[in-house]
Amino acid sequence: MNPQPEILSEKEVGLGWHPKRVLLILLIFSIVMMFAAFTSGYIVRRDEGNWREFDLPASLLINSILIALSSASMQWAYFSARKDELGRLKTGLVVTLVLGLAFLAGQYVSFGDLVAGNTYFGGADANPSGSFVYVLMGVHAFHLVTGLVFLAVVLRRALNYQVHSRAMLSIGNATLYWHFLGGLWLYLYLFLLLNH
Amino acid sequence: MSDMTPKPNLSPSVEAQGGRGSAPVPATEHDDHLLHDDHHHEHHDQHWLWKYVFSQDHKQIAKQFLITGIFWAILGGTLSSLFRLQLGWPEGTMEWLKPILGGWVSEAGKLDPEFYLALVTMHGTIMVFFVLTAGLSGTFSNFLIPLQVGARDMASGFMNMLSYWFFFLSSVVMFSSLFIETGPAAAGWTIYPPLSALPQAIPGSGTGMTMWLVSMALFIVSQLLGGVNYVTTVINLRTRGMSMSKLPLTIWAFFLTAILGILSFPVLFSAALLLIFDRSFGTSFFLSDIYIAGQALSNQGGSPVLFQHLFWFLGHPEVYIVIMPAMGMVSEVLATNARKPIFGYRAMIGSLIGISLLSFVVWAHHMFVTGMNPFLGSVFMFLTLIIAVPSGVKVFNWLATLWRGNIRFTAAMLFAIGFVSLFISGGLTGIILGNATLDIQMHNTYFVVAHFHLVMGSSAFFGLFAGVYHWFPKMFGRMMDEKLGYIHFWLTFAGVYLVFMPMHYVGIAGFPRRYYAWTGFDAFSQFADMNKFISIAAIIAFLGQFIFIFNFFYSIFRGRRATQNPWNSTTLEWTAPIEPGHGNWPGEIPAVYRWPYDYSKPGSEVDFIPQNVPYSQTHSSNLPYERDMAE
Ligand code: HEM
Ligand SMILES: [Cu+2]
Repeated sequence: MNPQPEILSEKEVGLGWHPKRVLLILLIFSIVMMFAAFTSGYIVRRDEGNWREFDLPASLLINSILIALSSASMQWAYFSARKDELGRLKTGLVVTLVLGLAFLAGQYVSFGDLVAGNTYFGGADANPSGSFVYVLMGVHAFHLVTGLVFLAVVLRRALNYQVHSRAMLSIGNATLYWHFLGGLWLYLYLFLLLNH
Repeated sequence: MSDMTPKPNLSPSVEAQGGRGSAPVPATEHDDHLLHDDHHHEHHDQHWLWKYVFSQDHKQIAKQFLITGIFWAILGGTLSSLFRLQLGWPEGTMEWLKPILGGWVSEAGKLDPEFYLALVTMHGTIMVFFVLTAGLSGTFSNFLIPLQVGARDMASGFMNMLSYWFFFLSSVVMFSSLFIETGPAAAGWTIYPPLSALPQAIPGSGTGMTMWLVSMALFIVSQLLGGVNYVTTVINLRTRGMSMSKLPLTIWAFFLTAILGILSFPVLFSAALLLIFDRSFGTSFFLSDIYIAGQALSNQGGSPVLFQHLFWFLGHPEVYIVIMPAMGMVSEVLATNARKPIFGYRAMIGSLIGISLLSFVVWAHHMFVTGMNPFLGSVFMFLTLIIAVPSGVKVFNWLATLWRGNIRFTAAMLFAIGFVSLFISGGLTGIILGNATLDIQMHNTYFVVAHFHLVMGSSAFFGLFAGVYHWFPKMFGRMMDEKLGYIHFWLTFAGVYLVFMPMHYVGIAGFPRRYYAWTGFDAFSQFADMNKFISIAAIIAFLGQFIFIFNFFYSIFRGRRATQNPWNSTTLEWTAPIEPGHGNWPGEIPAVYRWPYDYSKPGSEVDFIPQNVPYSQTHSSNLPYERDMAE
């Protein structure tokens, strides 16, 4: 199983994960805490009253489907790498990238829908309820951009034949991060659906 | 190099490993960074810029954090001396400070009231975040984690370097804010809105506040990059035999501190982000129904109390982020210098874990007067008071470690004992404040100031000093001067008690914190002498710190040369060369066989057995169950 027992025997086993995997998981925890702060702040604020109801744009549903699909294509790319099917791996990564960009574009369109529905980020007509939606979507989109950069790096490595069944770390981490970002969005969407 | 040879008998396995060198390992996988461990030795003649400035070596980064922390501590202390001058001599003239402070001193020789607020704000921010978080954790987590767990470096040297440089950037922004026309942030270190949310509220709410927020955002990034690295290193890079139950308490403390940081700093980031939006993008997260100069603002629907929730959700764990590294180092220094195993090793770990968990569920004890539901208040009160239990366990164990120890009063030991004393004194008032009914009376008075300066400010500084005196030989290969250390200790120890004890009295009488002038209140005029006394003590104690600064820098260049293990300590860092190079151990990393507290073990010929000595070499002192492990 293990490619270099000599090296690892110098160390205690830890959790059995590569250090970079652990770093990533910890960073994910910190992102979770950020959004925990936003969403619990949302609830606390709403329960104190003076809270304006708003309509959630229907376009968000399409975006959610896009990002769910991108998770699937990412997983497909991951499996392909594990089976050394490098052509499919590249296709999978490119499809994921495109879907990710489509999601971002979709979020931008949804911003427009929000404005059209008189839900504003700031200004005299804004209420924290609406501002929160922009913050949730915006901060998530920011992290999604970092995910896209990560994907692009992995794609470049894949093009250089540096991703295959015995070099799974980078694509494994990218997959984990991408699923996290997708899951995070679905959580936010569900949260807004239930609480708007 | 002759003084490098360990004393005979003391650390046999170091000698045994001395000549072997690291065996070349075939590289098979591109991704695997563990391999870099063994490539490090190749970069021998690096450019100085990479060696000293953009270094990725954890020891170098630790020193960068320490030096930057010292710079901030001097500045933070200077600011406090300035506002103590104002409090001690409210009628006095500050004319003589005009050359330095310029426009902040009025024509009449008075300190500008706005500037007073800026002073307390910057003092708090600098001390809590830049000195006692970055300067303390940044220094010692960086320095000790790889050395004590037996790793060549941090999990990611690059991220570690970034962590320092983000801190540096954040420092630059905060420092620059001191020099802008309208002055630095002035809403208190807790930056409550609306004062902090409305740029037009007071001069300090303008550019100064913006720079505060930018600086803190950078600071949080730095903390996260550092924290994830510390945790990963402890989880993944422990040497053979170093199970979690053989870790020195320092490492447990740094580990849990880093976890607290990873989970709580992002929340402050969220709060800061919302505040930035309120300030500059017209949102109203924290603002509602506000009139400024008779004008109604359009902001509707926000809640300033929401900010307090978010802030204190970080703020309370933050105080433990400050104190836990000190607790860990004090445990280590006490055991080493009492020549006794730490009392209740597992209870010490358990109480650290308990404190860490509880620290997330008590934040609202800072908000008893925000009009919260009394039932909710009593829940938070209950949870808050429970913290006294793990805290009590720790204090008991420290005292029991000292009990009938063969105590060596090194400078580090004095500061460690001082830490225990201060932690008790300050913790007791915490229990008073934890009672909602008492806190409603005491909130925002000097009683609170006295509480947290003893339990957090002074204690953590004492932990920091203990750490510097103790690990200086490992950092710089030389010893600090002990005599100067004693003088420094007694001045500081007497100083903090003389400063903060009287504050309890004035606080109980209702003396409010953050007031520029108290002379207008008859009730407080009786404290004029007391305030003068506090100010004199504070300034003397502050000046006393320059003894340390002198000792520190002088010893780096001129101190007595250190031996490899000057305190006869058991932990792994002392098995590395006097000044460890890149990669820490020239040969193989030592393996670990025992816990870190085998001091004065009955039957042993020496009074300490390092962690890397196998049981097969200590037949005379092995306990029954250890005999099996000796085979
Ligand atoms: C038995 C343990 C403790 C209890 C029950 C306790 C309780 C409290 C309470 C209720 C307050 C709020 C007072 C007020 O603003 O009215 C407070 C303030 C504070 N405590 Fe503690 N505390 C304890 C230990 C600690 C420790 C260990 C630290 C730091 C290492 C600490 C640092 C602080 C700080 C910094 C503040 C003031 C923050 C501010 O308003 O600027 N406390 N404490
Ligand atoms: Cu607290």
